[in-house]
Amino acid sequence: MTAPITTAGVPPAGAVFPKKSYLNDGTTIRSWLLTHDHKRIALLYLVAVLIALFLGGVFAMVIRLELLTPGPTIVEALTYNRMFTLHGLIMIFMFMIPAIPAVFGNFFLPIMLGAKDVAFPKWNLTSWYVYIAGSTLMLWGLITGGADTGWTFYTPYSTTTTTNITPVMLGVFIIGFSSILTGLNFIVTIHTLRAPGVTWFRMPLFVWAVYATSIIQVLATPVLGLTTLLVAAEHTFGFGFFDPARGGDPILFQHLFWFYSHPAVYIMVLPAMGVISEVICAVARKNIFGYKMIAMSSLGIAFVGFFAWGHHLFTSGQSAFDAGAFAAISMLVGVFTAIKVFNWVGTLYKGAIAFTAPFAYICGFLFFLVFGGMTGVALATVSLDVHWQDTYFVVAHFHFIMVGAVIMGFLAALHYWFPKMFGRKYPENWGLLAAGLIVLGFNATFIPQFLLGNAGMPRRYYEYPERFAALNVASTAGASLLAFGFIIIAIYLAISLKYGEVAGRNPWGSRGYEWDVPSPPPTENFDAVPVFTRGPHEYQDVPEELAKVGHAI
Amino acid sequence: MQSSAARKMTPEGWLEPPPLPHHYDTIENHQAALRFGMWLFLGTEVLLFAGIFLGYFVFRHYFPESFEQAARHLSVVLGTANTLLLLTSSLTVALAHHNAEHGKNRNAFWLLMASVSMGAGFLGIKAVEYTEKFHEGALPGKFFSFSEITAPGGPVFYVVYFFSTGLHALHVVVGMSLLTWVAIRCWRKEFSPTYYAPVENAGLYWHLVDLVWIFLYPLLYLV
Repeated sequence: MTAPITTAGVPPAGAVFPKKSYLNDGTTIRSWLLTHDHKRIALLYLVAVLIALFLGGVFAMVIRLELLTPGPTIVEALTYNRMFTLHGLIMIFMFMIPAIPAVFGNFFLPIMLGAKDVAFPKWNLTSWYVYIAGSTLMLWGLITGGADTGWTFYTPYSTTTTTNITPVMLGVFIIGFSSILTGLNFIVTIHTLRAPGVTWFRMPLFVWAVYATSIIQVLATPVLGLTTLLVAAEHTFGFGFFDPARGGDPILFQHLFWFYSHPAVYIMVLPAMGVISEVICAVARKNIFGYKMIAMSSLGIAFVGFFAWGHHLFTSGQSAFDAGAFAAISMLVGVFTAIKVFNWVGTLYKGAIAFTAPFAYICGFLFFLVFGGMTGVALATVSLDVHWQDTYFVVAHFHFIMVGAVIMGFLAALHYWFPKMFGRKYPENWGLLAAGLIVLGFNATFIPQFLLGNAGMPRRYYEYPERFAALNVASTAGASLLAFGFIIIAIYLAISLKYGEVAGRNPWGSRGYEWDVPSPPPTENFDAVPVFTRGPHEYQDVPEELAKVGHAI
Repeated sequence: MQSSAARKMTPEGWLEPPPLPHHYDTIENHQAALRFGMWLFLGTEVLLFAGIFLGYFVFRHYFPESFEQAARHLSVVLGTANTLLLLTSSLTVALAHHNAEHGKNRNAFWLLMASVSMGAGFLGIKAVEYTEKFHEGALPGKFFSFSEITAPGGPVFYVVYFFSTGLHALHVVVGMSLLTWVAIRCWRKEFSPTYYAPVENAGLYWHLVDLVWIFLYPLLYLV
């Protein structure tokens, strides 16, 4: 791995915006809503997940404002419960699960394989409509029925609550179908539509990550589907599958629920890891360090992730042996993740790093992943978990590892691929400023929550004792910083869509296959079936015109 | 299908395959993708039913006595008749697949219709069984009022019973619709040695419906 490194220069002058691209191939609303083009479907998903991110963010701000003071602040206790239910469900099922695979996976996976589209374009569009239908039903149910169970729907509360949770459960069930369709489509695409030259070990690492994600989506989601159906049936008809009074077992719910919902964490994180593997080569201008290790550790996480669900049940009356076994398996996830982290750091080592917004997000990602991962290993230790169970420590942990990683990955991808998707650049200085605010704001929001949890503040409580006040104020202040960062990004990206500098084919000088097509790409991606003669992360023989990259500092 | 009217009849007596989607280079590759997609989908179905099977084993472990009593109140005769119906319908589907692959569309059509009618027969027998349960009060959860099951856990058995067989019956309905759809396409002579993936996929789905029943039947009726 002693690649000669080319340093950054100026962007190629005189890039022209292509006359024909997927963006102007049909301009009616109908041509967008009935499109089979994977790139347009990706943009449909992008609009939808950004709306979800906005809604989830608003509800998060309501939660943080309520917790600003120890007593009641702006909403009532029941409204507060509904707010954290809305926040959790929207962010998990409507934002984090589809965010990277359905947007950037849809857009780039076929291009990275040298294909013209995904295997089943009609099903791809169907999955978007199914997602919209499920989300609408879920939101309608949440707003009119006022579900207050939290996103985990633990029985017996969820089956006996007087709020109407049945439409919510059915909405989640339907969104699950969309997730399955996307995953299935990607797996078949990867198996059948690789262009000549794209062998398995020449696939970009983002594709490997999406492949591992898709396997989890296809295998785990049906179990969640069945579980939501059972809860809905029990709530509506009083079946008693999870009700001990009728011979049922509430712990069975937890097993079935976490059999999906634990691997679901990797549905969210693995694609973000894939993004980092792509972007890190481009910003460090170096070959990826340990390609096979990174590719295989994605599959390793997907595999081990299926056998770790029991660590959510340490305090639910598991046998000591089960708890020990699940603890050990959970820690294996840490091993695979560490393999990736070391390889990424190895890639950065002696690189000619361009300090751009995507790189800032990589730094944030590594920090959140390592910090969140270490607290994860600590939580997987049974004796420690008993202390932290259901406290803000757990909330802070999963926001670090899951939300932190997904947000960093999502924003890195959005900035890195923005020129490719829309053909224009964003202003790098503003990008760095927003990235700084977001990384800082995220830390300021959740580090106090680690401390609060360790001091014993339980999660989901509406009021808290006076002594927790200072840290809660700090957390709310951090959340405001975070919101401010997102607003800046929304403004400059919206302006760049129309007025940004024309990017040209390859503004980053990246070696990824997707940068060989025009920006924005034409509808069919390639004029003829492409033949790739190099790997996707090979920087040792960068031709001069590709070696130039523009950035702010 | 929308283009079936425009497609030409070949001298062998079947329609030309539909135009290849633009992103595939060969028809074999397209067929392989369709088949692989179906296998993956069947994988998700297996996981869907796995949850309810898990429930069966958990509750059987808790309440072995009531599960035994309840199993004795299911009609082995009707259950066996249904098993035979489904197994035979799977055979006719397999034969239909074979015929479609060799371009014998009319044979395939009649074989598929035979499968669909056996599916309907299965649902009919299932309806008879359900009616009997409703009269006896052998029902799930709070509706349970069946006096002949004395051991605790009766209501839970009927949750498992109705949920698993109900979900399976729903799959039978979906499977019958798929078979009818490909049967209509057989009637139009759409399938040929180069293009028969829809028959194969509908058949695969039907075999899965059959397979799930092969596990449900002994667990509910015989054990």
